[in-house]
Amino acid sequence: MKFDTPAGQNPIDQLKVVGKPTDRIDGKYKTTGTAAYAYERHDVAANQAYGYVLGAGIAKGRIRGIDTASAKRAPGVLAIVTTLDTPRLGRGRMNAAYLFGGDAIQHYHQAIAVVVAETFEQARAASFLVRVDYAPEAGRFDLAAEAPSAPPAPGDSGEGSGHDGVERVGDFEGAFAKAPVTLDETYTTADETHAMMEPHATVAAWDGDKLTLWTSNQMIAWHKGSMAQILGIPAENVRVDSPYVGGGFGGKLFVRSDAVLAALAAKAARRPVKVALTRPLIANNTTHRPATIQRVRLGATKDAIITAIAHESTSGNLPEGRPETAVDQTKLFYAGANRLTAMKLAHLDLPEGNAMRAPGEAPGLMALEIAMDEMAEKLGLDPVEFRIRNDTQVDPNKPERPFSHRNLVGCLTLGAEKFEWARRKSMPGQVRDGHWLVGLGMAAGFRNNLLMKSGARVRLDRAGTVTVETDMTDIGTGSYTIIAQTAAEMMGVPLERVVVRLGDSDFPASAGSGGQWGANNATAGVYAACVKMREAVAQRLGINSADAVFAEGEVRSGNRAVPLGEAAAQGPLSAEDSIEYGDLSKKQQQSTFASHFVEVGVDVDTAEVRVRRMLAVCAAGRILNPKSARSQVIGAMTMGVGAALMEGLSVDKKRGFFVNHDLATYEVPVHADIPHQDVVFLDEVDAMSSPMKAKGVGELGLCGVGAAIANAVYNATGVRVRDYPITLDKLLDRMPDAA
Amino acid sequence: MKSFTYERPTTPAEAAAAVTRTPNAKFIAGGTNLLDLMKLQIETPTHLVDVNGLGLDTIEATPEGGLRVGALVRNTDLAADARVRRDYGVLSRALLAGATGQLRNKATTAGNLLQRTRCPYFYDTAQACNKRQPGSGCSAIDGFSRQLAVIGTSEACIATHPGDMAVAMRVLDATVETVDAKGTQRTIPIADFHRLPGDKPEVDTTLRRGELITAVTLPKPLGGVQIYRKVRDRASYAYALVSVAAVVQPDGTGRVALGAVAHKPWRMEAAEAELPRGAKAVTDRLLAGAKPTHENAFKVTLAERTLRAALNQARA
Repeated sequence: MKFDTPAGQNPIDQLKVVGKPTDRIDGKYKTTGTAAYAYERHDVAANQAYGYVLGAGIAKGRIRGIDTASAKRAPGVLAIVTTLDTPRLGRGRMNAAYLFGGDAIQHYHQAIAVVVAETFEQARAASFLVRVDYAPEAGRFDLAAEAPSAPPAPGDSGEGSGHDGVERVGDFEGAFAKAPVTLDETYTTADETHAMMEPHATVAAWDGDKLTLWTSNQMIAWHKGSMAQILGIPAENVRVDSPYVGGGFGGKLFVRSDAVLAALAAKAARRPVKVALTRPLIANNTTHRPATIQRVRLGATKDAIITAIAHESTSGNLPEGRPETAVDQTKLFYAGANRLTAMKLAHLDLPEGNAMRAPGEAPGLMALEIAMDEMAEKLGLDPVEFRIRNDTQVDPNKPERPFSHRNLVGCLTLGAEKFEWARRKSMPGQVRDGHWLVGLGMAAGFRNNLLMKSGARVRLDRAGTVTVETDMTDIGTGSYTIIAQTAAEMMGVPLERVVVRLGDSDFPASAGSGGQWGANNATAGVYAACVKMREAVAQRLGINSADAVFAEGEVRSGNRAVPLGEAAAQGPLSAEDSIEYGDLSKKQQQSTFASHFVEVGVDVDTAEVRVRRMLAVCAAGRILNPKSARSQVIGAMTMGVGAALMEGLSVDKKRGFFVNHDLATYEVPVHADIPHQDVVFLDEVDAMSSPMKAKGVGELGLCGVGAAIANAVYNATGVRVRDYPITLDKLLDRMPDAA
Repeated sequence: MKSFTYERPTTPAEAAAAVTRTPNAKFIAGGTNLLDLMKLQIETPTHLVDVNGLGLDTIEATPEGGLRVGALVRNTDLAADARVRRDYGVLSRALLAGATGQLRNKATTAGNLLQRTRCPYFYDTAQACNKRQPGSGCSAIDGFSRQLAVIGTSEACIATHPGDMAVAMRVLDATVETVDAKGTQRTIPIADFHRLPGDKPEVDTTLRRGELITAVTLPKPLGGVQIYRKVRDRASYAYALVSVAAVVQPDGTGRVALGAVAHKPWRMEAAEAELPRGAKAVTDRLLAGAKPTHENAFKVTLAERTLRAALNQARA
């Protein structure tokens, strides 16, 4: 189905199932432990052996030799594959780091061997007997040191929105020089690791030259293609299955070493092999969100109209890696005639930087939205009002191009009202509650809506059961449920009559889970397949499909009402289709919007920051399942608390690695850090996005949260911290007198 | 982990004898730290002597008016004991500030004293660490040191003792009771129990080989306001950046120990004389001679401000 004109009235608009707060249909499996994650797929292949991955102990250099003699003699060992046994393998299209093969070390904990044994404990014990002779080389590990010489870099987030290294509109420098009120500040964000609960894990089995991977991955079709490319085998020989994913956040967009080494190990051991990455390897072996250094300059008239806006970001990566696109949102978020955005990319020999939830916007807004707060203060204007005054309904770079639907102002005004923003004291450091200095902060949120082709197959049996098959993944987001809701709405059956099967590369290729594009695109693909199925049903029943009404398990036309299953009386029906997009998103800009409001307390003595209240108001088109959408947003807000207050990979700049590579030392928020969270969705639809009229929301919930917290800390204390995470050591020396 | 043999003796002296006679043997109680370290081959005992069958799990009143806490009393039970809550609030609070409910259910009094540092370089076997591998060097000193010690450090090691319980026990002047293979008992003041790294950072305590902790004795209650203030980056389940154990009497005198600043709970009786003059006077004395790194220099300020918060709380 081609979607190239705005959506009109369609069966989804009935909202009998779609749009209702719905418990997740896979919830019972997860809460009872019967949803098998990759490492628990004991039943899919007999005689599984265990692989344990060894990571390099240096950050850069070569391996002169690997001595596996005593490891091979260790109890239970079946095979050892080292990186010297194979030439450097290929890599996925969107990756910079090589996963295995050859003697070159690109980064710390790069995989250099996999030890296969009868048990996990035997494999791990034997791995300690592997002796590696390294020839280390000097590397570059310090972003701040490399930034001044970093060249401009074009790039995209790996999730869709790309652009040139430097973009200009009007005359930024001239306008900035003339502006009566200006701001010029630099902000930094830290390297972050995805820290999902389920580690990367794969069971691999060969049947002749056919490879099956039971794994944990967000993008099944990418995985299949990359795996074929990496191993140099035809894609049709690879099957990938990933029905449950215990969190991804972008860390499982790509094939990682668990899958590659499981495949190599299974070949070497001539048995199915399962491999999971250990926590330390997840930080240094896989990808992470790269740190940024961002300069924001704003110029405005005295009545707070922005006339000049510049956002420049420097990040680092391995050679051939991409920049963190932290300036993306600044092209579109606020009005202003004179604009400059630029990215620079330094060469670093740290692990690969790549997509993590809301790549670009998440760190970009952490900088821009502090700058907006600082500028509002300079202008003597409320920060909510400052944003409203500089709203734009068109792409500021191309004024002829409107937003498809933009109600940022609605988010801001409703949020301010609900949060009782008016009670905020604009002078910082004024509110005290016991030993807490209390402050309020807000920020606006923005994340683009991305359109991706997405396919599905729908089957109908004589019992009237509708089965949906697509390689779409559910990474904890609720995909199973919204797909079931879509099929139930379209076919006129209750939710219980829909079976959803996901994550298998033998199913039609979907948009997958990433860039908050999963919900809208995957359900639109199911919509397309259901439209075909409705036609097939009507044809079988001899009903004109235009007249057919699908409701309450029946197909109705005029006075006739036939149980849906009857259409499959002579044999099951199957219909497959994809949603494919025309150029609507070129003609109109599709984005999602939010406002975030936060109250924090800062301990007057110790400068510990604790969040006391949070509110997000989101405008993201139709909300398909308000319950799972809310879960997405509160989870994202929690991630925002982490980014603002505690999360940061600590770089050992001498040895070149992320030191805090486990969950004891890389701190993410715990329950005690998270107060009551309110989420409000504006009641809206966007007919330009798809027949579902929905947009993404899973990343929007993160966009802006960090800055709202930073701004609240400032309001509480009068101390402006521009370097994330805002840990107490950055506040301590500047805290107001406790008295 | 490496394979190991295992036994479960029934008396403390037997247990001590088992560890003494078996090369490379270790006691195991809750296992909340040791098992993790064994999986990473940071600890590689070839024989484990399980002390969980020894009893040693009661809290009894002493003739001196204090409490004798068995080595195997679980952290949860010790924190919840009515006498501890009433008379040794600083200890109960310190215990509850540590780890999680699940870990406290498993962790024992003796095991808590013996937990090893959380220096990230100690945990990464590819890195130099004198504590893990004597003579290999210290990556932490010029590496990522934000969490590490600011005082009592050496050129060989800047690790901290990571615990909370021991800080409270130090402020209470607890004593550690032990038995050895011959059945000889020894009493070690808590002040002498943990050592500074010096040129032997691999040795955390003054326990002798095979010596088994049987109990920790708390002297008679000190009264006063008892505070344990743990400062960390997140609200729960994190190691301290700085912690303060304080017992403050109505006349303004009292006792103070700091956690997470040194290789042992950090207390100087002489510094406590400064208490009436306020937090800064105390920490100036207590942390005189501190040699922080660039990354953990904030701990000196934080210690002062945390003590100030504790003293304010005591007065309130």
